[in-house]
Amino acid sequence: MPDYPTSEPLPKTIYDVVVVGSGVVGCAMARRFALEGAKVLVLEKAVDILDGASKANSAILHTGFDAPAPGSQEHTCIVDGYNEYLEIHSRLNLPLLECGAMVLAWNEAEAGRLEQILQDAHRNGVSAARIINSRQVLAKEPQLASSVVAALEVPGEFVIDPWSAPYAYLLQALENGASLARNCELLEGSFDGSEWTLETTRGPVRSRQLINCCGLYGDLLNQKLIGVSEFEIRPRKGQFVVFDKSARNLVQSILLPVPTEVTKGIVVCPTIFGNLLVGPTAKEQQSRVDAGVDCAQLQALIERGSDILPALSQHTVTATYAGLRPATEHKDYQIKWYAEHNYCCVGGIRSTGLSSALGIAAFVYRQYTDAGNRHAPLADCDWPQVNRIADPGARDWQQPGNGGIVCHCELVTRREINQALDGPIACHSLAGLKRRTRVTMGRCQGFYCSAELSELTQGKFPQPIGIARK
Amino acid sequence: MKTNNCQVAIVGGGPSGLAVASGLAEAGVDDVVVLEREADAGGIPRHCGHSPFGLREFHRVMSGPVYTRRLKRQAEDYGARVWTGATVTEIGANRKLTLSTNDGMQSLSAEKIVICTGNRETPRSARLVSGSRPLGIVTTGALQSMVYLKHRLPFKRPLIIGSELVSFSALLTCRHAGIKPVAMIDTNPRVTVWKAAVLLPRLLGTRLLLNTSLEEIRGQERVDSATIRDAAGELTSLECDGVIFSGNFVAESSLIRSSHLALDARSGGPVVDQYGRCSDRDYFACGNLLHPVDTAGWCWAEGMRTAAYVNASLGGELTQSDRMLEIESSSPSIKYFTPQRIALPETLTDRKHPGLQIRFSDNLPGRLVLRDETSDLIARSIRARPERRVLLPLPSGDRLSACKSLSLEFLPA
Repeated sequence: MPDYPTSEPLPKTIYDVVVVGSGVVGCAMARRFALEGAKVLVLEKAVDILDGASKANSAILHTGFDAPAPGSQEHTCIVDGYNEYLEIHSRLNLPLLECGAMVLAWNEAEAGRLEQILQDAHRNGVSAARIINSRQVLAKEPQLASSVVAALEVPGEFVIDPWSAPYAYLLQALENGASLARNCELLEGSFDGSEWTLETTRGPVRSRQLINCCGLYGDLLNQKLIGVSEFEIRPRKGQFVVFDKSARNLVQSILLPVPTEVTKGIVVCPTIFGNLLVGPTAKEQQSRVDAGVDCAQLQALIERGSDILPALSQHTVTATYAGLRPATEHKDYQIKWYAEHNYCCVGGIRSTGLSSALGIAAFVYRQYTDAGNRHAPLADCDWPQVNRIADPGARDWQQPGNGGIVCHCELVTRREINQALDGPIACHSLAGLKRRTRVTMGRCQGFYCSAELSELTQGKFPQPIGIARK
Repeated sequence: MKTNNCQVAIVGGGPSGLAVASGLAEAGVDDVVVLEREADAGGIPRHCGHSPFGLREFHRVMSGPVYTRRLKRQAEDYGARVWTGATVTEIGANRKLTLSTNDGMQSLSAEKIVICTGNRETPRSARLVSGSRPLGIVTTGALQSMVYLKHRLPFKRPLIIGSELVSFSALLTCRHAGIKPVAMIDTNPRVTVWKAAVLLPRLLGTRLLLNTSLEEIRGQERVDSATIRDAAGELTSLECDGVIFSGNFVAESSLIRSSHLALDARSGGPVVDQYGRCSDRDYFACGNLLHPVDTAGWCWAEGMRTAAYVNASLGGELTQSDRMLEIESSSPSIKYFTPQRIALPETLTDRKHPGLQIRFSDNLPGRLVLRDETSDLIARSIRARPERRVLLPLPSGDRLSACKSLSLEFLPA
């Protein structure tokens, strides 16, 4: 499979499309173009995929009930992305937690605003949404604080695995002819009217078309390659608290607040891995890399979570993290083809990217063909099955020959770790190994398995977990 | 699924679990199985490459690995079976354990089950520490297993957080591996472990900063600095390439949480009676699962006592009790106590029972009192200190049988 090792120069192929960035959008883009028969190369400057905005989100598969109105790019892409995920997830062995969501109103003013949200949901095609009273809410979620006034129920909001999904998209792209070059930063590029010549840290690359899926760096790449960006990335940090698995059964569904003008607010939701998530905060910042957490804000999240679910205060925190969303000054996504440059920018894919990625890819491909580009779609494409690292589904720790469990908290086997280290799109960092297998992401956070991992990963990561003693 | 049977199944092969196994096998109980999820039994001392271990058990000073090999050999010599690479994934209600092994899922049914899953340190995340999340942030346990079992170093100049016994163990591990800690800090005004311990960092050339808290961790790929705050609120940035979060042990009770057994919210371990019996009387628990954290020797001794209780339970001398006297407490200074309930009448008298094991969250003097509805049964003037074990003997079974209720209170002086 053409996942070019970092030590080798890239081949001198002329690609139909170069996708810059392997976040969830880049992965879905590579998949769409590969399945349509285009010759695709994905460039990633980091040592692993999903290392930017896509590494941290709430993992919700949105229906688009609260998206901008139909006709907006965001609405179109969320609806299409949502439907395509439901269509393909079982073929790729990707999990789906069909939990539904409720927008909770905690006072009469909020309850009054539910009607507008309901109308928007119906306008957006989410016809199953309905308003229920506090008795009905508490019957569904008995652990909720009893002061809840009413809720908008949205049965189609689901939870997915935020890392296996994009990994599977890219894997399917690669198995169907696409190529990936990691540790490969795009430095310069010039377009001669029919072809791009790109300078990368791993040498020159030639391509007919270029798609900017750079997430937090989308505006910078636009300026570098086409001299102009119609948006400015304003990184918005979202911090999250992950509660212990013991808290998972406190809720059945995703609990959303009534949104304000500024933010969608703090969500309490189950994760596909059996934890309970509270977050995100939303704060604009300058830095495109600083995804640090802040103690006071984490404490505020825990307090807010405990207001919503009083029993939560009895449970312990497993993990904390923060993600950076590539927001812009605009409300909608910023997807645009620059036909004169054979260049497409997919920018401003903020918090809904996980839900919309497949839809974005289809949207961009439609525009690509509308401009007269044609390929012969693969008649019989491969459907790789990825390892199931979330319940429900058969897990490796239940199967013989797994080599034993290494990460006890998340029940990760030696065989799963070895597959992530040596299999397709092998991970080259501990963070990558965590995303592929969940090692060290459980309650002990590496107390038990760090040593074993330092040995298993020896020589595989540019940044090792531990270096051998002399 | 392959099914297996044994007389007593012990979940966890650390010092307490191996002691239970030795005690039972020595007493002639056939078919004692210790389930250990790691490749080797021994628990935490397995990766404590330094002394002192073994004084109480073997009357000599040993390193952790030598000590655990000895414990395991002793259990096996008496006839117990140590089954490594077997992870218990579920504690079933019918005295049945579900196991994940390299040979596939299996079950193990037993007459009695003893849970000895120990404890672990609180990692960075649960402490809600600000900053980035680069490589080089570990607990002492992770550091020690890396250094002593795999001969690898996660960093060269870390900052040590905490001043418990294990924090000094981290310091010794660093010294052994040629790692030079930049400082050891604790938010408390004095070291958590005994006072003389301050000499150790001084001896090893590591600064000990008390009244100092960790404010933020910085670094992208690896840790490059940490910001600390002193008592006056002044912030200092320390260059370092790692952070060791030591101590603040919590019970490793995930199996209990997902089982039918009652959990004690204070200790984080199962609710037990004076014999270590859980809310389902065919299940026992002992060791640091009940009281994070004590020494290996203490856990071993408790394991030996528990073996006697389990044996008595198998033999019918320790019977189901008529009633359970729950011990209540409303003192905020009391972090936890174990046992939380007394089975009455006391069908088995153990003169060596240590009584109530109590931990405090504050540092202050006061009176510790066990009282019933009418009077104080036992009272003691003590100095409460965080992470220090305090014992309070239990009144006789006859005296307790006359009680309608029991409460344990700490009255600050």
